[in-house]
Amino acid sequence: MGLAKRIIPCLDVDNGRVVKGVNFVGIRDAGDPVEVAKRYNEQGADEITFLDITATHEGRDTTVHTVEQIASEVFIPLTVGGGIRTIEDIRIMLNAGADKVSINSAAVHNPDFVREASERFGAQCIVVAIDAKRVSEEGEEPRWEIFTHGGRKPTGIDAVAWAKKMADYGAGEILLTSMDRDGTKNGFDLGVTRAISDAVPVPVIASGGVGNLQHLVDGVKAGRADAVLAASIFHFGEHSVPQAKQFMQDQGVEVRL
Amino acid sequence: MSDNRIAVIDYGMGNLHSVASALEHVGPNAEVVITSDAEVIKAADRVIFPGVGAIRDCMAEIRRLNFDQLMPEVIASGKPVLGICVGMQALMNRSAENGGVDCIGQLDGEVKFFGNELRGTDGELLKVPHMGWNQVVQTSDHPLWKGIEDGSRFYFVHSYYVSAANPKEVVGRCDYGLPFDVALSHNNLFAVQFHPEKSHTSGLQLLKNFVEWDGKA
Repeated sequence: MGLAKRIIPCLDVDNGRVVKGVNFVGIRDAGDPVEVAKRYNEQGADEITFLDITATHEGRDTTVHTVEQIASEVFIPLTVGGGIRTIEDIRIMLNAGADKVSINSAAVHNPDFVREASERFGAQCIVVAIDAKRVSEEGEEPRWEIFTHGGRKPTGIDAVAWAKKMADYGAGEILLTSMDRDGTKNGFDLGVTRAISDAVPVPVIASGGVGNLQHLVDGVKAGRADAVLAASIFHFGEHSVPQAKQFMQDQGVEVRL
Repeated sequence: MSDNRIAVIDYGMGNLHSVASALEHVGPNAEVVITSDAEVIKAADRVIFPGVGAIRDCMAEIRRLNFDQLMPEVIASGKPVLGICVGMQALMNRSAENGGVDCIGQLDGEVKFFGNELRGTDGELLKVPHMGWNQVVQTSDHPLWKGIEDGSRFYFVHSYYVSAANPKEVVGRCDYGLPFDVALSHNNLFAVQFHPEKSHTSGLQLLKNFVEWDGKA
């Protein structure tokens, strides 16, 4: 008996629609974000993460409205990420009903933004998203670096050191995505998940690569993640949240059923 | 005008819309207002005292708005009052956060830090904040537990925990490396460490019970 490991369905939202790139080719439409969020809420998801990948300003207004709608109907924690760059961006999302915001590139460009945000709104609502990519060769001591711009731009920053720094600066949680695994369905990068989870005092959400339910168990057991995030296995009906939870419980993982 | 007006006290710390929309969801006939107006709060039929963030900032705003005077008055009036998260902590005597901060003192006890060496049953180091869904043991019956199974999970996010001085006031406990008090009751006052507005069906049931509660334990 104790704290349950969390299952977090993730909604990648572009111009008001849930989308998911499959194996980096093409974008599949997965529906209206409010309907999708309600469905996961009814299924017993522990939280919902909403990542706004909309590029335009007009689209951003749609996002705020969508977050408001979700928050008024879904009574579990809601994290909103994507394009959070200023204190004002955070304020708008929290006021729209988000419980946490996820900061990614803006933290890399200006780490003090995380400190400022945490002091202003409290560490409990500041998630730092880390996109990590393995940079070591086969046979070398494994090493991962932070990438920005959807995994295209290297920064030269060591991922484990960065995660520690972000926790130090006031991140209440780390959302770790493996850019090597994202979209592959080959499972989490357990090496970087374990390395970061062991290195930071705050909870770590594993993300990127979930293709089956065993991957979720592996993320928690071998990767020592506190929560696991997945998108496509849930969006397209391959698995439901209750199935995932039952499977995890059968493998000895404590979950909220 | 509704005969069930619920004031959600706003002292500028955090987003209160979640609490308000959850109350509207479970109490369609209730009138929910987010307010920092003392007269509106005093005139309400029920009061929610929420809070997020650091206790020093919360107490500074509470004092600036004279809510440290208002809360004892509101509680003494006998109307149902629900403290949530840092709202609960602010109702205790004192918190160890931010180097030690005196609080409102409507419930006897202290707020303590989980620490950096918190360990689970297998000796593993536990993450702080305590974030996520944990089981709440109902240590005594209470109208606000109606329809909620003992041991149900609620959503928590906090690094400091309440240690009540009076065991009679404890109605719910939880365990995270150590046992601690997560629901306190004193007459018409109920206070919880978890977030009922984020705790799905169990949380909504607790809020529904509060909306219908006559304030008698």
